[in-house]
Amino acid sequence: MKQRTKKRPAKRFAPKQVNSARALAELQRAMWTLISRPLTAANRMPRRWKDGRPTAELAAQIAKPNDRLTSFERLEIYSRMYWFRVLDSLYEDCPGLRAVLGQPRFMKLIEAYLVKYPSRSFTLRNLPSRLARFIREEPSWTQPYTALCYDLACFEWARIEVFDSAALPVFTLNDLLTADPAKLKLNLQPYLQLLQLDYPVDEFILAVKQRDELSRSDSSNTALTKTARKPISRKVARPNPEPTHVAVHRMDSTIYFKRLDPAAHRILRAIQRGKTLAQALAAGLSGTKKSGEDLAGKIQDWFRTWMELGWFCQR
Amino acid sequence: MPANRFNGFTDYGVGIGLRIPHYDHILTKKPTVDWFEVISENYLVDGGRPLAVLDKILEQYRVVQHGVSLYFGSPGKPDRSQLRRLKNLVKRTNTPWLSDHLCWGSVDGSYSHDLLPMPYTFAAAKHTADKIKYVRDFLEIPLCVENVSSYTAYHVSEMSEWEFLSEVVERADCGILLDVNNIYVSSKNHSFNPYDYLNQIPHQRVAQMHIAGHTKFEKYLLDTHDHAPIDPVWKMYAHATKLCGVTATLLEWDDKIPSFDEVHDEALKSKQYIAEARAAQVTEGRARPLGAPRV
Repeated sequence: MKQRTKKRPAKRFAPKQVNSARALAELQRAMWTLISRPLTAANRMPRRWKDGRPTAELAAQIAKPNDRLTSFERLEIYSRMYWFRVLDSLYEDCPGLRAVLGQPRFMKLIEAYLVKYPSRSFTLRNLPSRLARFIREEPSWTQPYTALCYDLACFEWARIEVFDSAALPVFTLNDLLTADPAKLKLNLQPYLQLLQLDYPVDEFILAVKQRDELSRSDSSNTALTKTARKPISRKVARPNPEPTHVAVHRMDSTIYFKRLDPAAHRILRAIQRGKTLAQALAAGLSGTKKSGEDLAGKIQDWFRTWMELGWFCQR
Repeated sequence: MPANRFNGFTDYGVGIGLRIPHYDHILTKKPTVDWFEVISENYLVDGGRPLAVLDKILEQYRVVQHGVSLYFGSPGKPDRSQLRRLKNLVKRTNTPWLSDHLCWGSVDGSYSHDLLPMPYTFAAAKHTADKIKYVRDFLEIPLCVENVSSYTAYHVSEMSEWEFLSEVVERADCGILLDVNNIYVSSKNHSFNPYDYLNQIPHQRVAQMHIAGHTKFEKYLLDTHDHAPIDPVWKMYAHATKLCGVTATLLEWDDKIPSFDEVHDEALKSKQYIAEARAAQVTEGRARPLGAPRV
C-alpha cells in the first residue's frame, strides 16, 4: 500500500494575532519584507511573490481592505513611499554617478544596492555609506565604468562625511613650543577626507555641478518617482583615467576639494594613521625619486598651507 | 495644556518648523517667532553647517526637538549610540520636552525611514510603552508621542487608534503631541468620526499640537505637509483647543515650502482659535484655571 502523506498547510506569512512582542516583530517583519521588495517599472508592487503566490494573498494576511482599497493597494502605498524616499535620497547624494551611468542605469544600480544593503542607520545621511563597496562587489551594474563609478561613490560619500563631521580646535604654532620634535605627532581634523583615486572625479563633479546649476531653472519641484525626473539633457564627458590624490575639506561650512602631490598625500595619510611627524615625512619621501633636499621647500609650503587651512587640530 | 509636566511646564505659543529654505531669512531678518521646532535627526551630527546654524538660532529663539526615528513600536531595544547623540543635542538645545511618533519603522536592524502604523493590540501597547519609558529614563526629559497618519489597518488590531494611543500614554505615563491633521487624514482613510478621537483621548496629557496640510487622492488622503491646513482641520484644532486647553501649537510645512512669512502667517491663524478657547473658558467659569482639564 502506498503511504499517503498529508499535505501541510503553507506557513502563514503574517501572524493571526499579536499577543506578544515576538508576534509583533513577526507582523512587522512580514510587512517590511513585503513593502521593501522593489517596485515594478510602473511603480507598483509586484503581483507575484517570490514563490509564485499572488502578493495579494500575503497582503491580505496583514492588512484589512476597506470600501475603496484592497489589502494589496493599502500596503502598496507604503511600498511606494519607501522606495521613493530612499531612491530620492540617493539621487540627491550621487549626482556624479548619475551623470556617468545615465538615469535608467543609475536607478537600477541603487535599487540593487538597497536590496542588498538596506539602510542600517536611523538617518538617511548614511544611506550611501556602502555604495562603493557594493559597486566593487557587483561590477555588472556599472560595467564598463566600474572603476570610475567606484571612485565617484568614494568621493560622494567623502563629501557627506566632510559636510557634518566634527571640527576640533585648530593646532597653532604655540602648541609646538612644548613639543619634543623627535616624538611630535600631529592630528588631522576629523572632517578631512584623503582620497587616492584612479580618475580625476573632483573636476568631473565640478563640471556636473555647473551643468546642474545651469539647468536648475528648468527643473520641477515635484517629488521623485522612478520615471518623474527629467532625463539629463547636457552630457558631461566621462573623465579618462589619471591617478589623482585629493583632499576633501571644509571652510566656513563650505566643502572644497584640493589636489595633493602624491608625496603630500602619503605624509597626510601617515599623520592620519597616528605616525610621528618624522615617520610621516619618511613615508612621504619613500617612493619618490626626488631627494629630501629637493622636497624640503615643497614640504615647507605644504605644511604652511595645511596650517592655514586649519587641517591640524588639537586632541 | 498651557503648562503641564509633559511639556516641562511651559507655555510656548505658536511655532513653526525650522527648515533649510528659511535659514537665511531667519538669520538675517530675525523675525519674531514664539519658537521653532527642529527635527532632531538633522542635528545628530558632530559638526558642520547644521550645528553652526542651530547654534545661531539658539542665540535668538526657543527650540523644541521633534524626532522621526525613535520608532517606539519597533522590535528590540533602542539604539544607545543614537540615544547618546540625542541626549547631547537635548543639552545643546535645552528643549523643554521631546517628541517622536507612535509608530514603528525598523525591523532586524533595517530602517524604512517611514512612520509605519502600529497594530492596535494590548501586547503592542505594552511593548511600546516600555520602550518609551526606557528612552525617557535615558534622556531625562519629558517625552510626548505623536499620532501618525495611516493608510492601512491590521486584522490583528483589538481596539481603535485613540484607545491604543490612550493605552500607550497611560502605561508609559508620557505626553501626547496631538496632530490634528493626522487624525483628519486617518479618519477619512479608515472611515471614523475624528471628533470621537478628539473627545476620547486623555486631554490632560496633551502637551503640544501639530497642524498641517495634506493631499487628497481619489481613494485616500496622504499626509504631505505641502500646503496650508484645510478648514475642517482648523475646526478640529479649535475643538481640540477647547478640550485640552491652550497648547503649544506648530504648523508643519515640509514640501513645496513657501516664503517664511507665508508659513508664519498661516501658523498665526491658530491664535484666533486660541483666543476663542480662552474666551470660552472665561465664560464657563472663572473657578477653572485656563487650560485645566474637564473632569
